[in-house]
Amino acid sequence: MDYFKQDLTSLHELLVKKEISVTELVKETFATIKQRDQKLAAFLTLNEQTALEQAALLDQNGVDPENILAGIPLAIKDNIVTKDLRTTAASKILENFQPIYNATVMDKLAVKQVITVGKTNLDEFAMGGSTENSAFKITKNAWDQTKVPGGSSGGSAAAVASGEVIGALGSDTGGSIRQPAAFNGIVGVKPTYGRVSRFGLIAFASSMDQIGPLTRTVKDNALILNAISGVDPHDATSSTQSVPDFAAGLDGDIKGMRIAVPKEYLGKGIAADVREAIQNAINTFEKLGASVAEVSLPHSKYGVPVYYIIASSEASSNLQRFDGIRYGYRAQDVKNLEDVYVKSRSKAFGDEVKRRIMLGTFSLSAGTYDAFFKKAAQVRTLICRDFAKVYRDYDLILGPTAPTTAFGIGEDIDDPVTMYMNDILTIPVNLAGLPGMSLPAGFSNGLPVGLQLIANQFDEQTLYRAGYAFEQATDFHKQVPAIGGQN
Amino acid sequence: MNFEATIGLEVHVELKTNSKAFSPAPVEYGAEPNTNTNVVDWGYPGALPTINRGIIEFGMRAALALNCEITRDMLFDRKNYFYPDNPKAYQITQSETPIGRNGWVEIEVDGKKKKIGIEEMHVEEDAGKNTHSPDGYSYVDLNRQGTPLIEIVSKPDISSADEAYAYLVKLRQIVQFTGVSDVKMEEGSMRADVNVSVHPIGSDKLGTKTEMKNLNSFEHVRKGAHYESKRQQRVLLAGGKVQQETRRFDEATGETVLMRVKEGASDYRYFPEPDLPPVHISDEWIEEVRQSIPEMPDKRRARYVSEWKLPEYDAGVLTQTKEMSDFFEATVAAGAAPKLAANWLMGEVNAYLNAKQIDLPATKLTPAHLATMIKMIENETISSKIAKKVFKEIITNDTEPKAWVEQKGMVQLSDPAVLQPIIDQVLDNNQKSIDDFKNGKDRAIGFLVGQIMKQTHGKANPKVVNQLLLASLQAR
Repeated sequence: MDYFKQDLTSLHELLVKKEISVTELVKETFATIKQRDQKLAAFLTLNEQTALEQAALLDQNGVDPENILAGIPLAIKDNIVTKDLRTTAASKILENFQPIYNATVMDKLAVKQVITVGKTNLDEFAMGGSTENSAFKITKNAWDQTKVPGGSSGGSAAAVASGEVIGALGSDTGGSIRQPAAFNGIVGVKPTYGRVSRFGLIAFASSMDQIGPLTRTVKDNALILNAISGVDPHDATSSTQSVPDFAAGLDGDIKGMRIAVPKEYLGKGIAADVREAIQNAINTFEKLGASVAEVSLPHSKYGVPVYYIIASSEASSNLQRFDGIRYGYRAQDVKNLEDVYVKSRSKAFGDEVKRRIMLGTFSLSAGTYDAFFKKAAQVRTLICRDFAKVYRDYDLILGPTAPTTAFGIGEDIDDPVTMYMNDILTIPVNLAGLPGMSLPAGFSNGLPVGLQLIANQFDEQTLYRAGYAFEQATDFHKQVPAIGGQN
Repeated sequence: MNFEATIGLEVHVELKTNSKAFSPAPVEYGAEPNTNTNVVDWGYPGALPTINRGIIEFGMRAALALNCEITRDMLFDRKNYFYPDNPKAYQITQSETPIGRNGWVEIEVDGKKKKIGIEEMHVEEDAGKNTHSPDGYSYVDLNRQGTPLIEIVSKPDISSADEAYAYLVKLRQIVQFTGVSDVKMEEGSMRADVNVSVHPIGSDKLGTKTEMKNLNSFEHVRKGAHYESKRQQRVLLAGGKVQQETRRFDEATGETVLMRVKEGASDYRYFPEPDLPPVHISDEWIEEVRQSIPEMPDKRRARYVSEWKLPEYDAGVLTQTKEMSDFFEATVAAGAAPKLAANWLMGEVNAYLNAKQIDLPATKLTPAHLATMIKMIENETISSKIAKKVFKEIITNDTEPKAWVEQKGMVQLSDPAVLQPIIDQVLDNNQKSIDDFKNGKDRAIGFLVGQIMKQTHGKANPKVVNQLLLASLQAR
């Protein structure tokens, strides 16, 4: 199956009309994955046998014409727990972990008869922006295999961009869906905090983690978000807000939409090629009848330090449960209980995870709490207010997703601060709990540039309407990377 | 130099909600290890806590009964530490926004009343339980993990071991009346940490304190606090310094023993629990909970004295537990005279409970049956001797006493027309006793009464028998 020639709507039609069986679709998908993943390394675990069994059952019972996701193979980021399917969070400490339950999103996808083809690579525990922090393999960018796919949902993004699958789930704590979507030239949405249940998402930073879809088109993205949204009794932070049909009202008409461009988002540190692509995007939106004006998010410059304090603090607590006693790796040659803790964690966590545990532990310590965690929480409030002020007068905020296009594998991995600064444009969105989308807005030296749209809380509809209009007015999403042309 | 002790108590009370504080697993004492657990209790990857509304409600009930102010906007916090019985490696508790603050209870020691302040009361989850087996392994049972607790922290108002004891008794009594806990020390549903320091009388600076953790008997608290304040005084008088340390109370010797010296405070890295949204408590909710709290023991005690003219002592005993107090009131409501009901409950009933080591609800006794029996004694339908048999029947079997007494033919014989012929017959057969009586030997009466009782199988009303017998003797 050539996924570059299909979207969910057309693929569904093929399945309903039996022009292709679910089994054929699944078989072809695995064949493509096996071939392309030799270069890409997007997947950590394949679910072939179960997927084929599910496909056979669907073929037997027929594909429900009302259920657009029936029989559709999707990839799942490996920090989302899948019952009886190895879930590692790309960490040695969970190397052979077989969960006994499904994340809520997996149960929801199962109801929709989605077929899980496998689990995709990520930065260990979703900590990173290049997927180089995986304990198991280095995933490559779909457009240039010497470049990183971004992260932490790098495996999901590369799998979608290379045509291995039509869609995938990722998670986004500081940009982990949007930045890899940008680096791979696809559509990635981080929903409003609380829109999608976090139950079964291996926690990194609980107050910011959110699961969302990665797809090649805006409408496909909306269709998958439809399936996974909604309040969950197992997640006290999930919202009771009603879930509209995100795929409805996508008509390309955004006349009168008020778009704000924060001046901080096109300032120093943004590469010239990125700035140019965004400027072109602004022109496109104006041509579509939207008004575009410059605004300021004065506290967004504190976003990176605030984020790294809060996210690392929460992570330092969330990751304590990985103590060498349960789940997976346990150090040998230990003398006592403390030895089990210290040696197991020292050996099985990667450098970046340990760096953040230390940073978070420090930020929460009695002598430093006020100056670090508490201060960061206060500045977080100011960042939220900046956004709230803008949404009094505007429907949407626009800017780049990342300051640069994808960088080279190995280029920044030993320079954490440069790596952290790469998240400067996505982080404030997580701090404020807002929905954000990255979508293709151009190419520079053969690498995709991502456009970021940010809407008010629970206003994903505006994101999708604007994203769809932009997509229809441009053809960036129709480009196919070299790897996608091979078979 | 004379010293005064300052004692602080941190009391943990297990709440008897149906399910755990932050997971839907059931709360049940004595279940097979690890059966009452789920992914949340195990700290399983990806699992999230949810708030059981019952813990807020129960916490509020206890806080209101302890005269606390209720915190309107509460957060939960994480207390981080590694231990095998703590699988998430953090405990969900409340450090910044405890549900209750600034409460108090009134105690009485040696006839003197005193208010003991409550600094704060918060809701939190319990940890699991480690056991160390002789086979060399340590075992973890997570059934208790996530069981809801309240922790009640006293203000430094307690200045003697006896006051500490009285405070605990009062706390248990009040909490027991609210119905939020069984407060059973032996099952671990109530435990106390005790801080003790001493300072010279007149000085307003508190001394260095030592701590004893997890004491599970009031008597140990009293003895430990007493020993510890005396020990500290001896240290100071000898020119020494009290060390900040954790000590263990040794049951065998009644002394406290050094466990470990505290080297700086532990750093639990508290921070707001991001998995749980803030909880807002409305006026309406507080009012609703306030209405659900039963009348507290002190008020009941006063009412028993003023309304039912019970002695202070009786009123105190009857209000020790809500079960006893409710039972007493129901017995009176069913028509028993208050003082008689009190006598039976404090006497025979308590003796029975002590002998069997059970609680009142574990017996078959009902207030209606007890009241019926008491009325039968009052109107002389049964003798006090028969009453003992009736009591044994109604407390072990769910038997209606009136019907049972009639069916068994135990109704007392009080009718002179029935008794006189029996008395006459006994006198006819015992001329020697009549002679003895006439010669001033009163003992003869006892023998004659015994003979009459024998003839009537113990059913004769002794009062009536005595009257009739005396009259008959004088007539002969």
